[in-house]
Amino acid sequence: MLTIKNLHAEVDGKQILKGINLEIKRGEMHAIMGPNGSGKSSLSSVLAGRENYTVTEGEVIFDGKNLLDLSPEDRAREGIFLAFQYPVEIPGVSNLNFLKTALNEIRAYHNLPSIEAKEFLRLTKEKQQLVEFNANLMNRSLNEGFSGGEKKRNEVFQLAMLDPKLAILDETDSGLDIDALRIVANGVNKLRSADKAFMVITHYQRLLEYIVPDFVHVLYDGRIVKTGSKELALELEEKGYDWLKEEVHQKESV
Amino acid sequence: MTSDKSFFDFISNGLPGPELRKDADNAILPARKLAFSRFRALGLPSVKTEEWRYTNIQRFLKDSFSLAQEEGTISAEQLKLTDIPQLDSYTAVLVNGRLQPALSKLPAEGKVTISKLSDAANNTQLQLWFDKHPHLQQQPFAALNAALFADGLFIEAGVNASLDKPLHIIHIYTTTGNAFIQPRHLMVLHKSATLEIIESSVGLNETAIAFVNSVTEIVLEENAELWHYNLQISEKNSRHIYHTSTVQKADSRYHHFNFTLPSAELTRNNLSVALTGSNTETNLHGLYLATDQQHVDNHTFVDHLVPNCNSNELYKGVLLDNSNGVFTGKIHVHQDAQKTNAFQQNNNLLMSEKASINSQPQLEIYADDVKCSHGFTVGRFSEESLFYLRSRGIGEEAAKTLLVNAFAFDITDQVHIPALQDFLSEKIRKYVSGAINN
Repeated sequence: MLTIKNLHAEVDGKQILKGINLEIKRGEMHAIMGPNGSGKSSLSSVLAGRENYTVTEGEVIFDGKNLLDLSPEDRAREGIFLAFQYPVEIPGVSNLNFLKTALNEIRAYHNLPSIEAKEFLRLTKEKQQLVEFNANLMNRSLNEGFSGGEKKRNEVFQLAMLDPKLAILDETDSGLDIDALRIVANGVNKLRSADKAFMVITHYQRLLEYIVPDFVHVLYDGRIVKTGSKELALELEEKGYDWLKEEVHQKESV
Repeated sequence: MTSDKSFFDFISNGLPGPELRKDADNAILPARKLAFSRFRALGLPSVKTEEWRYTNIQRFLKDSFSLAQEEGTISAEQLKLTDIPQLDSYTAVLVNGRLQPALSKLPAEGKVTISKLSDAANNTQLQLWFDKHPHLQQQPFAALNAALFADGLFIEAGVNASLDKPLHIIHIYTTTGNAFIQPRHLMVLHKSATLEIIESSVGLNETAIAFVNSVTEIVLEENAELWHYNLQISEKNSRHIYHTSTVQKADSRYHHFNFTLPSAELTRNNLSVALTGSNTETNLHGLYLATDQQHVDNHTFVDHLVPNCNSNELYKGVLLDNSNGVFTGKIHVHQDAQKTNAFQQNNNLLMSEKASINSQPQLEIYADDVKCSHGFTVGRFSEESLFYLRSRGIGEEAAKTLLVNAFAFDITDQVHIPALQDFLSEKIRKYVSGAINN
């Protein structure tokens, strides 16, 4: 579904991604781990099309299309969803109106008519229950005055509503207490399916106790330096990242 | 025509001849003459005139205009253009400042009188209030209007009067040649009367220029309340100077909304409120959206003359393309006006590198026990918000429309008529998408 080949990217003239290679297939759950500043969030930004990032080399193919040629909205319409690490508050835009606009823009792209009001309400209610999102927050302004946990839950709720092919969760677990984490992870697990893939970016192994990955990749200095199964996450939790950093530097000096 | 002398000559020719002097036998003719000398004394403003520093009015007067008041005719289709969908209201349709009873749906005769100003020439209220507002005395174009006006609307709401639905006043301007039009209106709400008034100003000229210089005087007697929505939605060949001057007596409430939406070339609003009785409430809301080369200038003045009055002012502007905005908000708190609460805020969103805004708060406070504040902001779109919306599949145009609507929300949310709220969001959508696609 998603093939990343030798991806290099920079921001403000600084090289951040230095040759990422990654293959994600339908139904798979990939965890991306790594120390701070290793390029995890940059990878998600480049995939979603954040404009201050410049791709200098490499390619990204998503379902046969060159992803890097598409605008951020077209990437979303093609089925990429980024759950933000820091969701934006937009006073004056209601959550419901925002979601309806998003759904209809995606439908229009696929030559589908706008969603009927009744169907929209039904869908909203269903997904809201699925990911345990408080109905009272629906009519409020987008993320305005939401707690950290509510914002992250809203990201998962949007994910449920927009039903993408590939969901990228950028540190959705950071700053959450254990109850909120459980709710968010449950939501994600309920959304897992054979035709949907996930890329979960996290700093902590804790999340992976609730969302079990098929693959764990370790990002360091703009490259994936190690790939393994879920056991790799446990090993990282125990030993930290330093042993990996040393391994990388040894290889480089050879 | 822009030198003082030629302008005065031009204006002198427009002073009503005997055949037009319906009001010759009442108090108005002397008032006209006084107003004309006042205009001569004040002079034609230039950019050296403090109040007109950022609006070069002479630039907009250099075309030749006719002062002859064209009757103007409008078709059913044209009238339809002024519709606010789903709005259940009475209507008063004016063409070039003249009430058209046949096109209007006026309320049945009762405690609320709606007539031509010329038909009210002998009304005691008219004689009492005509051209008396203290702030109008200093304004050259208001003086010009008093000297030259042909007609307008007179509304009088009796003690405790109200209407069962809003009154929609539709001002249509349509002329075959360039014209200088001077409508004049007076609204008097007696003790405890309540009205809800929507005014739409619509210039329909396609080639000729309609320069409209209007004056609306409003008197709110004790405990009266007026919800006053002004929609300025003229097309390209329109230049407007609007004066709205309100006097508020004790316990009265005035809620003013001013929406300037494209595409008039010039919009200058002189809004002033004199608080002459205590315990009043004044809410002034403004939203201006400018595109192309438009120039939108809002001058507001809240005059706190007595103690215990509250005024609250919020003006928001969205400037696109090469448009210019001006905001001057004056608050005068007189020495006697203790316990005044007066707040003012002006926020602007610049959506283009070439758009500009000049904003000036002017607070003059001579009382010592008051709460007053003012603030001004100018900002650009939050790129992060825009990216967030786009990352959800919302295209740039829809995303910007959402964000502009969100910016305007503080104002539109205060509108108490749902049909009007919808109408405004739709207008905003139309202009924002038009500007993006240009």
